[in-house]
Amino acid sequence: MIPDVLVADHAIEYTYTRSTGPVIGAFLTGLRDKQIRGIRGVDGRVLVPPAEYDPVTSADLTELGDVADVGVVKTWSWNETPLAGQPLDRPFAWALIQLDGADTGMLAAVDAGSPAGMRTGLRVKAQWADERVGSIRDLVCFVPEGDA
Amino acid sequence: MTEPVTMVDTPIRLDYSYTPGVASSRFLRSLERGEIVGQRCPRCHKVYVPPRGACSMCGVATEEELTLTGKGTVTTFCITNVPSPGLVPPYVTAWIRLDGADITSMFLVQECEPADVRLGMRVEPVWVEESEREANMGNIRYFRPTGEPDASYDDYKDYI
Repeated sequence: MIPDVLVADHAIEYTYTRSTGPVIGAFLTGLRDKQIRGIRGVDGRVLVPPAEYDPVTSADLTELGDVADVGVVKTWSWNETPLAGQPLDRPFAWALIQLDGADTGMLAAVDAGSPAGMRTGLRVKAQWADERVGSIRDLVCFVPEGDA
Repeated sequence: MTEPVTMVDTPIRLDYSYTPGVASSRFLRSLERGEIVGQRCPRCHKVYVPPRGACSMCGVATEEELTLTGKGTVTTFCITNVPSPGLVPPYVTAWIRLDGADITSMFLVQECEPADVRLGMRVEPVWVEESEREANMGNIRYFRPTGEPDASYDDYKDYI
């Protein structure tokens, strides 16, 4: 006899409300205006997303500046089975995208349809949410520049 | 909206499937029927409620089942004065030794003033309506005083 064993769906959920600080706050404020911001490091490189402290010297960084919302895929990995809460509910690529004017790659989703639509060097453009609130979710994903 | 962003919500969520196993499933099914079923250890004869299918002291499987009356004795309690979801302070949480059980279980105690709750107080479960019962602990809304004389200290002194 197969024993009667119960199964139930459970969830643990806890939403933190945290302060952004001036640098991340400026980044998120920019996203609300469809503007991506970086910050200049001690060695002159533009870091996107902006870091509060220099990754090499740990010095305070303050020189914020705007970069383009278009850029190039530096490396990527295909996500065939997106999980709840990820940027898209259909298969997409996680990619490091170096935006024009930036010297570092930013992790973001690329809505490319299939792995065949992805390649290192692909030019991509940001897709913005219609209602933006000052969250990383304001930047929904990137799409191949020809599709934008 | 022109104010700079200074705060952000960062949700964290974990969805998972929980199975209580065979013994506790039978216990939860008994709650669905309006009963409380425990299991007795064949070696030390202690009765576990809720049963986990094994005696944690002897390490042997427990199979013998018995149905308890549901009445019990308050062995320890706490009056909480800060709000929790669905609960209005002050409210009382108590460890209750069900009659016939050898471990205590935590339940709310209501239908009396918090100041009147005491060690040894006799209590009984208040169930949800039969039509609303499901196989979970929510079937017992809370415990309330039975009005019986308090249990003697010797009855619960090992469970405080």
